[in-house]
Amino acid sequence: MTASTSTRTGVTEPDRRLPALGGFAPGALRIELRRVLRNRRTLAFTLIMPGVFFLIFGLPQGGQSLDNGRPVTAYVMISLAVYAAMVATTSVGGAVATERALGWSRQLRLTPLRPAAYVATKLITAMSLGLLAVVVEFLVGAVAGVRVPAYVWLLSGLAAWIGSLVFAAFGLFIGYLAPAENVMQIIGPVLAVLAMFGGLFVPVEVLPDVLQQVATFTPVYGMGVLARAPLTGDGVSMAAVVNLVVWALVFGVGAARLFRRDTARV
Amino acid sequence: MTSTHPAVELDGLTKSFGAVTAVDGLSLRVQPGEVVAFLGPNGAGKTTTIDMLLGLSRPDTGTVRVLGGTPDDAVARGRVAAVLQTGGLLKDLTVGETVEMTAHFYRHTRPAAEVLERAGITDIAARVVGRCSGGQQQRLRFALALLPDPDLMVLDEPTTGMDVEGRRDFWQALRRDARRGRTVIFATHYLDEADAYADRIVLVRQGRIVADGTTAEIKNLAAGRTVRATLPGADQAALAALPGVDAVEVRGDSVLVRTGDSDAIARHLLTRTAARDVEITSRNLEDAFLALTTAQTGA
Repeated sequence: MTASTSTRTGVTEPDRRLPALGGFAPGALRIELRRVLRNRRTLAFTLIMPGVFFLIFGLPQGGQSLDNGRPVTAYVMISLAVYAAMVATTSVGGAVATERALGWSRQLRLTPLRPAAYVATKLITAMSLGLLAVVVEFLVGAVAGVRVPAYVWLLSGLAAWIGSLVFAAFGLFIGYLAPAENVMQIIGPVLAVLAMFGGLFVPVEVLPDVLQQVATFTPVYGMGVLARAPLTGDGVSMAAVVNLVVWALVFGVGAARLFRRDTARV
Repeated sequence: MTSTHPAVELDGLTKSFGAVTAVDGLSLRVQPGEVVAFLGPNGAGKTTTIDMLLGLSRPDTGTVRVLGGTPDDAVARGRVAAVLQTGGLLKDLTVGETVEMTAHFYRHTRPAAEVLERAGITDIAARVVGRCSGGQQQRLRFALALLPDPDLMVLDEPTTGMDVEGRRDFWQALRRDARRGRTVIFATHYLDEADAYADRIVLVRQGRIVADGTTAEIKNLAAGRTVRATLPGADQAALAALPGVDAVEVRGDSVLVRTGDSDAIARHLLTRTAARDVEITSRNLEDAFLALTTAQTGA
């Protein structure tokens, strides 16, 4: 971003080389992150609301224990961390729909920024906010008295965070599905239903049998099981792993296909 | 300019949307340094042509060369920049952040402060885009287009939706920047904008170029008068051969002669032919524009 030494009337021509990495730039990413952190709505739904949920639904269960003696509050906290992360990553990915509706995507096509670099920026932003969401939820839990071994904090946190990649892809999928300015108002309730089936608000085991069967096929189920596995010590079922991988593929491939359709020149 | 290529070479462009032919065999060559107005009514195919020129859409047939290369390459190297009607902005960024972010996408740009100043929006750099007027947002798009110091600047109806003051401010900003070999192509349906700013006017109608010349030449199309008369079996070729006649049209029993010397033509018609009902009307640029862009027969 250095200035050339003279204007066009002078001797030097502007530097006409292509940008490195298709225009992907840490500077742009920084502005993107600042933008996300300024969005009150996003912050309310990803950082504040899950924390408040924990205080309302988790804390009253203080003193109760799981089968292995670990606190129920930790179970609730980890579940809500998964929820916070999935809402965070979905909202960043889904913002693509808003930017397409506003015409920003079209504006970007007048710059050297490659579409893949744009998506990379969105993914990194999504995962950054996802990480922040997990950390904030865990902080709320820790301050409120949740105590589990260090490896549980670490592994459950990592699983919640990495699992939310599925929802970053889901957000991009929705984002490229249809341009809409208020996309999160539409998919917010969808996420809540998926979280319910994924056992994030109540354990899947308390649902009626039929719903339990259905739940194992829904996209949050796998990441919920994986994130809680370090806590419950139940081990990781094949069904949960397959669930996570399949949904990651479905949303990832779906987003990629819609992305290609969107960037094709007609 | 190091390039010896034309700034723009459009050759036999066609583009259809379903049954509608938006651009119909359009060819155009623009030399470096020219300021060209693309003038035509709504739906004339201006935007479709500009989209193809920028590589935003592909022509059905024909070729596009921008500064000797493909449009995509010219965009990626910052050699062409554009202000489009449809280019959106992020409402939650400030004006300054929008410029800063866009600058990151290029290998090299002019300083942000410089383009803000040249677009006349330095004073609102800290304002959130969503709180800017349409005219201010348009000048922000202009500032973004200035970032790469492009060789070719393309503007599609840049003042649409602005009030009189906004239009004036925008053209002032563009004029301040008018300099040093930058090629400018702008689409407009405002005749006065083409007249005031371009040194070449390309008139388009129904996807075709119906007139192309310097602003003075286009104005000359309108300088004369039209003599209309009823004259069954008019000898079109003989009338066209008369001195001062620009064009002759025969519509049924009527004949229309466009000329710089209406007295001589009227005299000729009344004394040397069986013409009757002679009418003489003067034409202005607006009439020429309307005639060229809406009538079934062009210049």
